[in-house]
Amino acid sequence: MFRTDEIIKASKLPPEGVAMSRHIDYIYFIPILFVTIVGTFHMHFDLLAGDWDFWIDWKDRQWWPIVTPITAITFCAALQYYNWVNYRQPFGATITILALLAGKWVTIVAAWWWWSNYPYNFVMPSTLLPSAIVLDIVLLLTRNWTLTAVIGAWMFAALFYPTNWAIFAYSHTPLVVDGTLLSWADYMGFAYVRTGTPEYIRMIEVGSLRTFGGHSTMISSFFAAFASSLMYILWWQFGKFFCTSYFYLTDDRQKTTKVYDVFAYATLANQDKAKVGGKA
Amino acid sequence: MASDRGYDISQWYDSKPVKLGWLAILGIGVFWVLYQRAFGYSHGLDSMTPEFDSVWMGLWRFNILANAVFFAVTIGWIWVTRDRNLANLDHKLELKRYFYWMGWLVCYIWGVYYAGSYTLEQDAAWHQVIIRDTSFTASHIVAFYGTFPLYITCGVASYLYAQTRLPLYSQATSFPLVAAVVGPMFILPNVGLNEWGHAFWFVDELFAAPLHWGFVTLGWCGLFGAAGGVAAQIVSRMSNLADVIWNNAPKSILDPFPSQVNPNAKAGY
Repeated sequence: MFRTDEIIKASKLPPEGVAMSRHIDYIYFIPILFVTIVGTFHMHFDLLAGDWDFWIDWKDRQWWPIVTPITAITFCAALQYYNWVNYRQPFGATITILALLAGKWVTIVAAWWWWSNYPYNFVMPSTLLPSAIVLDIVLLLTRNWTLTAVIGAWMFAALFYPTNWAIFAYSHTPLVVDGTLLSWADYMGFAYVRTGTPEYIRMIEVGSLRTFGGHSTMISSFFAAFASSLMYILWWQFGKFFCTSYFYLTDDRQKTTKVYDVFAYATLANQDKAKVGGKA
Repeated sequence: MASDRGYDISQWYDSKPVKLGWLAILGIGVFWVLYQRAFGYSHGLDSMTPEFDSVWMGLWRFNILANAVFFAVTIGWIWVTRDRNLANLDHKLELKRYFYWMGWLVCYIWGVYYAGSYTLEQDAAWHQVIIRDTSFTASHIVAFYGTFPLYITCGVASYLYAQTRLPLYSQATSFPLVAAVVGPMFILPNVGLNEWGHAFWFVDELFAAPLHWGFVTLGWCGLFGAAGGVAAQIVSRMSNLADVIWNNAPKSILDPFPSQVNPNAKAGY
């Protein structure tokens, strides 16, 4: 898929130059790129949608299917811009979600379980991997970010609830406790005391006559898909902004000029190479 | 020294500093986590007790002092040993310095991971099991006063290393590099807003509350680094250096600024 051998051949670098290039990859992709996504995206996600992801009794039909995909598609779009436009790598969304899950699970084991003693299944995060893979596949097949915003982003959000159903469906099953009908999720929520998130600020669904009809989740996902599409467009442009790479140069007379360095010589056309003194 | 490969990798690559730096930061992270597990429940539940002051405020004092010393020594060393003859920098040595710089960025980013990922969500977990009667909780002492200054020092060190040892960054100010260092740096002052809000206004730990959104927007600036402009600058510069060293490309491509400021300017190389 990456045609690495052809690219290396086209660079005309000797083995030493190729080795240098590979060393950039070793240091850059995992220790720098992946860990940066873990650190920044995990913060973004937790502080915008974290409560729904932390607790099994927050995973409702009204807010959870909306807040989670809208919050998550942001970095997916920005990283898709970065990886696709710069390297033609079609896995920006998948690597973003993998990074989030990596950061999440380290914390779940070491902090939620080992330090704070909450059981895994009470604080288990949702997964967005199937949604992210589909988003990347749409970009790869269409090679067009606008179509990805329309088709991919809609599928990203619409797939969220059904792909998490296998993990969390059990928690929606009913049980009777002391004569009161509860879900398993509610029962666990009452059993494990949370001093920082008392019951009165739980944002769980509010029922109306229409929610008895059973289409609530579909409507929430429908709305999430619409909002995710808009969010994808916004964050694709954010991705472009983050790739801003100019400098400010101040000369002896204190005049500041915006200057650019970012042209890789090897990628220039022959006439442009000639302009900077190279062989056309 | 040339190896079986037929070339000498040490002319442009040395991974020892980054390995040592990363292991040191990993070590302090493991120390913090073990300390929390050992003394969280036994000494960290009531901030009014003498043992909280000795065990937890003791760790706070250690964090502040250790970070101050780390900052002074690191920034001082980078400045004192700066390159005063950058115009004559050998191209392979510049490549090597880019790898050293990436090592600084690895350490910076590992600190950002501690702050933005692990200790952030750990803070959520801990605040569900204690009554929050102080701004200096067992989780805050590690997150805000340990990991935040740690990554800020590594970020400032990364900036200063580039400015004192790499020609492009010594000549001009990189907008994305400034954003990638200063944005996350301002997360520490934002702790003031957070603690003020939790003390006087919004005691509960609702993570998605607007009180926390300052952290979010400042955290976005990290993307200017690894997934944005700084990465683009590194890749294209190293690519150009490789073309000059191994493909006989003109040296003028390594000096892109003068012609943009003054079309008649001569290249510095």
